[in-house]
Amino acid sequence: MLDLKQDFFALFGLPVGFSVDMDRLEQAYLDIQGKVHPDRFAHLPDADKRLSMQWATHANEAFRTLKSPLARGQYLLELKGIDPAFETNTAMSPAFLMEQMEWREALGEAREAADEEVLEDLARRIRHSNRSLIEQLAVQLDEQGDLEAAADTVRRLKFLEKLQHEINDALTALES
Amino acid sequence: MALLQISEPGMSTEPHQHRLAVGIDLGTTNSLVATVRNGVALCLQDEDGRMLLSSVVQYLADGQIVVGRKAQAAQAVDPRNTIVSVKRFMGRGLKDVSHVETMPYDFVDAEGMVRLRTVQGVKSPVQVSAEILKDLRVRAERSLGGELTGAVITVPAYFDDAQRQATKDAARLSGLNVLRLLNEPTAAAIAYGLENASEGIYAVYDLGGGTFDISVLRLSRGVFEVVATNGDASLGGDDFDHRLFCWMLDNAGISLPSDRDARRLLMKAREVKERLSLDETVPVRMTLESGDEVDLSIDRSVFVDITRPLVAKTLKPVKKALRDAGLEPDQVKGVVMVGGATRMPHVQQAVGEFFGQTPLTNLDPDTVVAIGAAMQANVLAGNRATEDEWLLLDVIPLSLGIETMGGLVEKIIPRNATIPTARAQDFTTFKDGQTAMSFHVVQGERELVSACRSLARFELRGIPPMVAGAARIRVTFQVDADGLLSVAAREQTTGVEARVEVKPSYGLADHEIADMLKAGFDNARDDMELRGLREQQVEAERVVEATERALAADAMLLNETEREALDAAITALRTAAQGQDARAIKIQLEAFNRASNEFASRRMDKSIREALAGHRIDDLRI
Repeated sequence: MLDLKQDFFALFGLPVGFSVDMDRLEQAYLDIQGKVHPDRFAHLPDADKRLSMQWATHANEAFRTLKSPLARGQYLLELKGIDPAFETNTAMSPAFLMEQMEWREALGEAREAADEEVLEDLARRIRHSNRSLIEQLAVQLDEQGDLEAAADTVRRLKFLEKLQHEINDALTALES
Repeated sequence: MALLQISEPGMSTEPHQHRLAVGIDLGTTNSLVATVRNGVALCLQDEDGRMLLSSVVQYLADGQIVVGRKAQAAQAVDPRNTIVSVKRFMGRGLKDVSHVETMPYDFVDAEGMVRLRTVQGVKSPVQVSAEILKDLRVRAERSLGGELTGAVITVPAYFDDAQRQATKDAARLSGLNVLRLLNEPTAAAIAYGLENASEGIYAVYDLGGGTFDISVLRLSRGVFEVVATNGDASLGGDDFDHRLFCWMLDNAGISLPSDRDARRLLMKAREVKERLSLDETVPVRMTLESGDEVDLSIDRSVFVDITRPLVAKTLKPVKKALRDAGLEPDQVKGVVMVGGATRMPHVQQAVGEFFGQTPLTNLDPDTVVAIGAAMQANVLAGNRATEDEWLLLDVIPLSLGIETMGGLVEKIIPRNATIPTARAQDFTTFKDGQTAMSFHVVQGERELVSACRSLARFELRGIPPMVAGAARIRVTFQVDADGLLSVAAREQTTGVEARVEVKPSYGLADHEIADMLKAGFDNARDDMELRGLREQQVEAERVVEATERALAADAMLLNETEREALDAAITALRTAAQGQDARAIKIQLEAFNRASNEFASRRMDKSIREALAGHRIDDLRI
């Protein structure tokens, strides 16, 4: 029996690994939702409706996790028993801490300037940095199997994601 | 799955079992009911041949309740007992409602949701809305010639949990079985997308009487996927009327009109607004009860000037939705205009300029939401063959979170998460030996609790005393396909559990609904019981029918013993359903659900395997 505890890769019939065929992932997701979505069960008894909600919830969570490189990397580490420990600073490399400070400073200045272009430029730099970290993560996970290094990359990505959110908030604030 | 046309009637596996299902657009200004007949979606008319029902309810001293056009006509004579735009009060406290000062009602600021004192007593917005829904239910039953299996009720995409719950309560109160709460722009996208076989990124700009929504969708091969949604739950055509109303007061030199005059001026403002969509200049003439004369004339350019801030206000949510979707305006293939207020030329022009393209106005902005809802109701009622169904993936509009120390919000489910969804977050104790924890559930985007909407408060008790920070309390948020939240909290080491359906502070408590249902009947007790019995019988029939169909298809999933047990459970349920004891049927239903659970799980398992069979390369590693 399939069950809700199986890993997300198994649910979509994908090999476990950081590199994922996005088209195949999306098609598998849509095919599964096509079968389990609550809209298919609205006229059926409550037991079926409950089951449908559980499965559709599970499929959404699985798709969300595997679609995003950061969430996928983090999930792979969890499957291998590694906790990236976002809350504690102890595991972070000095290079990463230095980088954090630099980005923070750049964001602070951009926010101070209340300049949309400066903020957009910072967002672009973060996207660029994001892309190269994702490439690095793919090598670390799929080729080198270096989980400690991968955990460090995931922490960096997580930090960049937070920065991106903050830039978006700052841009929204500028508009209103 | 790949079906995008509706020209061919969707054939059910058992066509003779066509279930009567409707879509209802419960609007601020007007409401409609639609259904799919012979494969074609159409709006149902009242006895006078009208599709639009004015969303106006009048309570008379003799106990009668008038809904629609007659009530609309009475509003200038009896403003206090004639409720218009009640949708603006759904799930809202008095402080959340704008322009309260110009409204002629006797407000009662009750716990959670505002109430209105009428000649028939204090009414909740839920009750007022239920009268509108009841009118539409009766219209549909008369027109279709039978009891309805269920209804899809549309809500603004930007409605929060309290507003959705209030809408669902109103439907329940009106005697409707709610198949689904469907977001209005999504309903419009279904109607538009199927009609035009659209593929690509589309935006739906929905400016109704009292609410504004913007939804960005990806349409592809029978899939409607909402990517992002945003809006303003208290911005709509009413606000344009109000600007005009203020302009009229200023220019006619009237300072404090009576309630009745205010209503007449507001009605006049709406009429003038509508005419300004066609004419460049419109005269504004009327004599008030006070004896004041209004003799003005307004140019469209003046109207455009005084309402420009309102149009600009709609573009902010549009920008936010696009940013959340990660898209630029020029990546949007088409912009579908929905809601009567999008008839105003300057609204169309502003939207066109923003997206750099002429918006799509070829569907009737008044009926498109009801039509889409009817199409979805037809699917949900099981009237179409599964392979002909489309897949609808919608999102939650506003983030959901929990209050933490210092009045801050910890977001648990972010906005634009695809529903149904569930997320969990662990919390811990603050003091040594702490045995209880109270939770405050909020919805909104701000970091401060005070700037978000409070949805519910609940407590988890019986936590074993530990040092501060040692307990692990996992809070799980589950949002269902209606966009409604339920919350559970559980202490991980001991399993102490607290669960809450989120509705207490803004919705109605269950006993209140029961009281209102009772009040609706003359012979309250007998009718309630009869109704309860009938409901259980219908559910039993539905369960037996669905199980037999499932057995016909998948009997091989059960061994002989299991099959016998299930057959016995069917027989027991049938026997109970023939009796007159609602409780006995309920007990048998519960027993049946337990007995059939395994079968249901195996069928789900089988269908998921089938879904993946086409492109699965690796074996399932289970």
